[in-house]
Amino acid sequence: MKNEEKKPTAAELPAGGIVEAGTAAQFKTGPWRSIKPVWSKEKCKACMICWIYCPDASIQVADGKVTGIDYDHCKGCGICSKECKFGAITMEAEKK
Amino acid sequence: MVKPIFSKGKIVAKTGNEMMAEAMRQIAPDVVAAYPITPATEIVQIFSQFVADGKVPTEFVAVESEHSAMSATIAASVAGARAMTGTSSQGFALMWEMLYIAAGLRLPIVMAEVNRALSAPINIHGDQSDTMGARDAGWIQIYSEDPQEAYDNMIQSVRIAEAAKLPTMVTTDGFIISHCMAAAEVYPDEDVKEFVGTYKPERYLLDYKKPFTLGSIEMQDYYFEHRYQLAQAQRDAKKIILDIAKEFKNKFGREYGFYEKYKMDDAEVAIVTIGSAAGTTKAVINELREKGIKAGLIKIRVFRPFPADEIAKDLANVKALAVLDRADSCAGTFAPVYSDVVAAMYANGVTGPKAENYVYGLGGREIDMTHIADVFKHLDEVAKGKAQASKTVEYINVRIK
Repeated sequence: MKNEEKKPTAAELPAGGIVEAGTAAQFKTGPWRSIKPVWSKEKCKACMICWIYCPDASIQVADGKVTGIDYDHCKGCGICSKECKFGAITMEAEKK
Repeated sequence: MVKPIFSKGKIVAKTGNEMMAEAMRQIAPDVVAAYPITPATEIVQIFSQFVADGKVPTEFVAVESEHSAMSATIAASVAGARAMTGTSSQGFALMWEMLYIAAGLRLPIVMAEVNRALSAPINIHGDQSDTMGARDAGWIQIYSEDPQEAYDNMIQSVRIAEAAKLPTMVTTDGFIISHCMAAAEVYPDEDVKEFVGTYKPERYLLDYKKPFTLGSIEMQDYYFEHRYQLAQAQRDAKKIILDIAKEFKNKFGREYGFYEKYKMDDAEVAIVTIGSAAGTTKAVINELREKGIKAGLIKIRVFRPFPADEIAKDLANVKALAVLDRADSCAGTFAPVYSDVVAAMYANGVTGPKAENYVYGLGGREIDMTHIADVFKHLDEVAKGKAQASKTVEYINVRIK
């Protein structure tokens, strides 16, 4: 074992297995990928279709524009690339 | 002439099902999701008529199966609603996986359950195999002897479930109590409403300002802690049940505990049982006492959590006892109630009394005063050393050979 974190006891845990909201952000699913989306800023028209379709909330946006991909959570499903009408997202093999 | 005990109480003639439906009307839960099954159908049928007539503001969800009934009840409860349902036997069995979900999520759901035999073979009559089969699910189980107890138990269970954060089922023997009319006392709507109060959940999913996840996976490093919490909650529920019974007695007058002791103070022979057969047993005991036989009864009301220490203490001075189970465990050994009683005795160092197990009444098979008198007669002989206590489960009123 690398580090022995002290885990809460039955007396300390909330009853019923409640988990506070937002913990999914801490769980990195990026390593599940075998292909990854590559976004081109030049070709992007900020139509936001990829952002709407992404099942993992992994298209990063700011001020109404796409800014990039959240590779910590993107699982490489390819939906963004398929839906983009402007060829701004291409799928590449994950380099291992 | 039956008289009310509560100053504002009224005597009515109602069946077990009618009393449970009446309790539900007065409790006025936010949501009832249910599916019909004999002999429990009337409870939710009568209740849905109350809803249709505008007599109760409950949202009634008519679902397509009992599995859905419990699923919908669970969903309503996690949303923050006071949620109830009613079922029996196969319907109860169909919702089996969801019973464990309700308990694991620590939801204060109250279920009106009419004890009916489990198929196969198909049988619609009274025995306790359905709820006995779910005794490990983590639900509080309260068994009623008659329509009055069914009504009183439903009212108390709303408070018990919410304080203990454990789903609670209240039962009656199918047809025997569910469909039999008795003189019983009901209390005014406002008094029941005051007793049950309003449901104030700490966390509920409709509280969008404090969002949370409920029902997620837990790996090897957390599951056990949450199951320990559930077991501990059952242990903690014992005090809650007695506190609420005390409050109930102070307000409405009837006294309830984990079990009822009938002529146990000097009893030399005793029967332990659950449900309507207890009433028959009391009549037999009255006759035996006239003949000088010191017979007594413990009628278990709260089966889960099991009142182990208390029952062991109250059986310690008995010479011979018989546990009458209205369910069999097909375990090759003993039936459910016997197993818990004897474990309780042994754990408490009570090894004096001879203890026998009888299975009776499966599928609504008759049990009458002569059957119970025969048990006491045999116990009397065992107590006097004239007969051996049986080391295997015995059966009452069934054609074996």
